[in-house]
Formats: sequence, structure tokens, C-alpha cells
Amino acid sequence: MSVSNTSSEPHRDTELPDVTALAKLGIGSAALQGLSDVHAPAVGRDHPWIVRASDERSRDAAVIAGSIVDPEIPVLTVADLGVLRRVNVEDDNSVDVDITPTYSGCPAVAAMTTDIRRALVVHGYSVVRVHTVLSPAWSTDDMTEVARDMLQRFGIAPPGPAMHAGPVGLTLAVRCPHCGSTRTTESSRFGSTSCKSMWTCTECREPFDHFKTLH
Amino acid sequence: MTGTAASPTDTASVAADRGAVAEYALRLGDDALIAAQRWGEWISRAPELEEDVALGNIGLDELGQARSLLSFAGSILGRTEDELAYFRSDLEFRCCHLVALPRGDFADAVARLTVFAAYQLELYSALLSSTEPTIAAIAAKAVKEVRYHLEHGTSWTVRLGDGTPESKIRMTAALDRLWPYVAELFDTDDLEQQLVADGVAVDSSTLRDPAVGRITAILAEAGLELPSAPRVRGGGRVGRPSEHLGYLLAELQVLARQHPGATW
Repeated sequence: MSVSNTSSEPHRDTELPDVTALAKLGIGSAALQGLSDVHAPAVGRDHPWIVRASDERSRDAAVIAGSIVDPEIPVLTVADLGVLRRVNVEDDNSVDVDITPTYSGCPAVAAMTTDIRRALVVHGYSVVRVHTVLSPAWSTDDMTEVARDMLQRFGIAPPGPAMHAGPVGLTLAVRCPHCGSTRTTESSRFGSTSCKSMWTCTECREPFDHFKTLH
Repeated sequence: MTGTAASPTDTASVAADRGAVAEYALRLGDDALIAAQRWGEWISRAPELEEDVALGNIGLDELGQARSLLSFAGSILGRTEDELAYFRSDLEFRCCHLVALPRGDFADAVARLTVFAAYQLELYSALLSSTEPTIAAIAAKAVKEVRYHLEHGTSWTVRLGDGTPESKIRMTAALDRLWPYVAELFDTDDLEQQLVADGVAVDSSTLRDPAVGRITAILAEAGLELPSAPRVRGGGRVGRPSEHLGYLLAELQVLARQHPGATW
């Protein structure tokens, strides 16, 4: 999670954690995915964050890295979340991946780093370097429309739409992901992860998480 | 330990003295690390469950800022973030006394949160234009986080200050206890001034008016007055730590010191 934290050790399959075994124990994103009726959509080569890769070879690796899901919100791929910043494959078939944290202390960065490295190694890339970059700072505007839709379907109210910083802070109504009502109230400004706050719907009475808008 | 990276004669280049830059990053990073540890202490002790979560989250943001800043300092000093966090003594830390103060009651937490977030908001806003790219990048992330912390501190300050007679008495007392430690946040020294000249650092004394202005406005909304208690000595930035820091570090560092090099 450090500024230029670089994990470059070559890993072999046998040294990596077996996510299937972890899922059976109820640990990690694999377990969460197993519990969810909603699944992250496939990341294609035409994905808005993937097309930024500099060449075809890098784009192949970017599809693999970009398909990794957030361990806390397994319907969001790192590509849709907008935290995958750069994937580049070198001539020696080693890969450099840049990811950026949503919040400074987000512990999911460590899990995503491990998962990205594992996926690329499994696909035959011998040396994978995952770097954490801070600039430009991530905002919810970096999320794709697909990400907002997936959050909604997963029961988390998505962040407000992209907007430019103005002199007046504007708070938009948060729509209940269960019944669609905008008659909702914030019950806590902080939630189960850095990126969420807790809300209650006064229409259907259900509590729900809201992915906080961050500009 | 610190300040050894550049030779004294190396002043002609545009690049700032790297040892001084590392020392500056330690000051910012140690503030964030010790603040994080104090916020973590509130988990299970806040007046309501949501507040455990809130202060835990605020601590996590501070911890993230600390990791970035200590990693950056360590990249200059040839040490890892963990070595800097776990294997320095209290005399080697560079944090202000305010963050090291004991946990206190919930009014103390609200007072410290509000005052420290107002300071950090002005600090990080100014550091957005630092000529040191890593510091500017860390500030760009942190400024969004501390703005949210300040909003949270403000809502509680108003709630307690403008609440019951008892909550107002407790909030007033907490501000009076905290205030002597606020002046140190705005102290500057030769090292900082040297980095201000290089465009790396912000002159802390220039943060006083905007930060205290924010605090004054919040207190006015809460029906509270700005305390007038005189300052205490300070010196946390130059190796004269708070008497409370050693106890905090004992808890923070015990596991790493008992099991050096241990990993998950």
C-alpha cells in the first residue's frame, strides 16, 4: 500500500494460496462470490480502461488483471472500479501492473495485488510486478457505468454521478437499492469499509450500504 | 538516523536536500501514525456502535496516509515503513504532542478530531502544490479523507456543544484540555523553512489563521468559545516527545519487537 510498493518476486503456482480451499472455509472474495446471486460481468478487450493499454500483448494481460474482483464487493472488477491504471508486458514476458487505492488505508489493495499476481502467473507470465500508485487520486468518477449498475444489483446504493467541483457542495438523494425510493436517511457516515456509509430506507424500512461519492 | 543523505555543500541543485525531505515526511507520517493508533483505541469504547466504526475508519485513513509517508521517508533513508514504525524509540519519532495525548473521554475525542482535521485539511490543501511529487500525490488523496473527518468532527462538536448542559460542560472542558497543545501544530523551524524555499513544504505558521478560523466558526455554530489557555512547550518535531508517546509505542511495537520479521 506504500507509494511505490512493488511486489516483484516471481511466484510459482504451488506457492500461491488455493482460493478454492479458502472459499470452502468461507474466506476471501471467492467465498463472497459463491454466496452472491449476482456476478461481475466479463471484462472485454474493448473495456474503457483496458483499451488504454499500449499494445495488443499488454491488452491481453490487462483483461486478465482487470477481471480480478474487489474482495469486499465481488461484483466489481478492478477494471470497473477504475483502480487498474496501467498494464504493460515487456519483451521478456514480464508484466508491470499499476493499481491505485480507493482510500489511503484500503486493505483491499493487498488482496487485489495478490489476486492480480496470481491470475497472471497462472496464465503463464513468469514475473509480475504490481505497483501501487497514488496519482492521480482515485475518485468515484473513475468507476464505469457497469460498476454503478452492479452495485445497485448487489444491494449497495451507487455513488452520485460525476460532477465538477463547485463552490457549493451538493448532496443528492440516495436511492434505496431494494425498493427504489428516494425517501432515505443516512444512519452513519461511516460503514463496513472506508468507501461506504450506512443508510435506512423510510419507505421499505430496509437498511442498506451506500458507496460514498468521492471527488 | 536521519538527515544524512545529502552533503552540506550540495545546495546548488534544484533538488531539495533529501535528508531534510525525509525528515519532513517523518513529521507528517508520524502525526498520522500516532493519530491512527489513538483512533484505533476507540473501537469498542465509543458511546455507540456507529461511532466505533466511524473512529475506526478515520484511524484507517490516517494509517494509510502514515504508510505512504513512512514508505516515502524510508525510500530515502533506506528503511522500510515497518522498520520506521516498529523499531524507532520515542526520541526518534517526530510527531506533535497533540496526537499522542491519552484517549480521554468522548468529548476529548471530538475536540481532537475537529482540531486535528482542520489542521490537516489546511496542511494537505497547501501541499497539493508541493514540488515533491510523492508528497503532492499523498496530499491529493489525504485531503479528500480529512475533509470528511472534519465534517464528522463538526457534527459532533455542534451536537455536544449545543446539546445538554452536561454535554456543553464536557465539550468545553475537553477543548480547554486540548488547546495548550494546538500551538505546536503551527511552529516552524529552519528545516521546514529550507524546504519551504525549495517548494517542498508548507510554512506551518501560515496554516494557523485558516485552521483556527475554521475551528472558530465551528465552535460558534456549537455555541462554544475558542479557548484561551496558554501553550505548552512542544518540541515533538525535534525529538522532545510527549511523555505519553512511550506508552503508546510500547503497545504499538510490542508484537513486532517480540517477533522481528514475522509475517502473516
